[in-house]
Amino acid sequence: MYVAVKGGERAIENAHAWLAEERRGNTDVAELSIAQIREQLSLAVNRVMAEGSLYDPDLAALAIKQAQGDLIEAIFLIRAYRTTLPRFGASEPVDTGMMACDRRISATFKDLPGGQVLGPTFDYTHRLLDFKLAADGEVPKAPSRDAGTATVPHVTEFLNREGLIEEAPHDDTPPPDLTREPLEMPADRALRLQALTRADEGFTLGLAYSTQRGYGRNHAFVGELRIGSVPVEMDIPELGFAVEIGEVILTECETVNQFTGSKTEPPQFTRGYGLVFGQTERKAISMALVDRALRWEELGEDNVGAPAQDTEFVLYHADNIQATGFLEHIKLPHYVDFQSELELVRKLRREAGAQQVQEAAE
Amino acid sequence: MGLLAKAPEGRVAALLDAEISRPAFTWLRAPEIGSTMVRARAGATGAPFNLGEMTITRCALTLETGEVGHSYIQGRSKADAEVAALVDALMQTAMASRLREAVLEPLEAGMATMKAARAAKAAATKVDFFTMTRGED
Repeated sequence: MYVAVKGGERAIENAHAWLAEERRGNTDVAELSIAQIREQLSLAVNRVMAEGSLYDPDLAALAIKQAQGDLIEAIFLIRAYRTTLPRFGASEPVDTGMMACDRRISATFKDLPGGQVLGPTFDYTHRLLDFKLAADGEVPKAPSRDAGTATVPHVTEFLNREGLIEEAPHDDTPPPDLTREPLEMPADRALRLQALTRADEGFTLGLAYSTQRGYGRNHAFVGELRIGSVPVEMDIPELGFAVEIGEVILTECETVNQFTGSKTEPPQFTRGYGLVFGQTERKAISMALVDRALRWEELGEDNVGAPAQDTEFVLYHADNIQATGFLEHIKLPHYVDFQSELELVRKLRREAGAQQVQEAAE
Repeated sequence: MGLLAKAPEGRVAALLDAEISRPAFTWLRAPEIGSTMVRARAGATGAPFNLGEMTITRCALTLETGEVGHSYIQGRSKADAEVAALVDALMQTAMASRLREAVLEPLEAGMATMKAARAAKAAATKVDFFTMTRGED
């Protein structure tokens, strides 16, 4: 029986009013400002920008506040806002070789030109809770040292002098855009990279870890990891040339992967690439490992059936907004669906019961 | 235009208003908030891919004397877009050298100082390796 149900408006309104109150918390405690979130929870802001796929620190901070710190909910808010913006165009591809690096390290070359620059990192901290932060305190000024103004070359450039590393030849094919066309298989590398850079950090990390543990192992080293700001240039139709329209902070990871050669490629080091908005190093490394795993076909490697080699599986499950949308919808009213399931189970039980009675009688 | 696009919020307005009173203008395109798709290259040098969008604000205006100013700036500040377009237009007038000195140069210097301070902090975290004497003898 189908029953149309209306109602719940009052309950919904009241629930949202209570949500607003709970979000604010105890009013004896000072309210968080957007600027505080932007400045002091910047890594959360960066994650929301990366997975929300919209670079705007103030909006990401607002989303975090509104979502009560639930980052996936905040990403959802950013994605929804993003769809309301008219798109004025696409930038020139950013040149990460021009990056003003805050951090730049290589796990493969100790003495690289430009040096190992640690930057503001959690690495080498003791991971002990710092109770000084629980009390108000002045932060000592970070030391500085004379810095050159030269940009630092990519590590792969000098490994390549021996021809030992796979090249990434210049190409100007316009990339497909999954925000305009549905993501369909087969997905070329440009589409995979777009999907991965906005993919859920946890999912990407898990997949990357699975390749390290042996599910499609590809022996990755971090050839280079760099974090810093790069200028963004866009062609302005009114002017007829490209101008700088801003600057974004990016994290770039290039992995160098052992490769013994295949039917089509000589033994060499191959590469995986990760590039993500903001200071998002775990995500960028994960992205590079998964990118490399997904390249098995173009490198002529065997598909060993590892999850990280399965493009369709990876790309269709990496987006946390799609995932959470479908997952969380099952908590919304399904009374009618469930009613029909209930009828079915009752019928099956009646039939099974009748059969048993019959068997007992025979 | 790059300088104007990257200036901290309200900075261009402060510099311009300290120097001149703003001339009258008419909008060719009132400030509009939108996005641009930021692209990058696979492996830094290979085929382009779409990295994600960034917010930008654009506008265009014309001065009473006919000069047209455009602006495309990062973020969502319509006031900043307006003043950037105004400076762009004024840079085509006789005021150009005055504004270069009063607006663009301080802007450039301010941003260079900020960049240098960051670079200096980064340089302080550069690792100086040293090799321990090996005990082979």
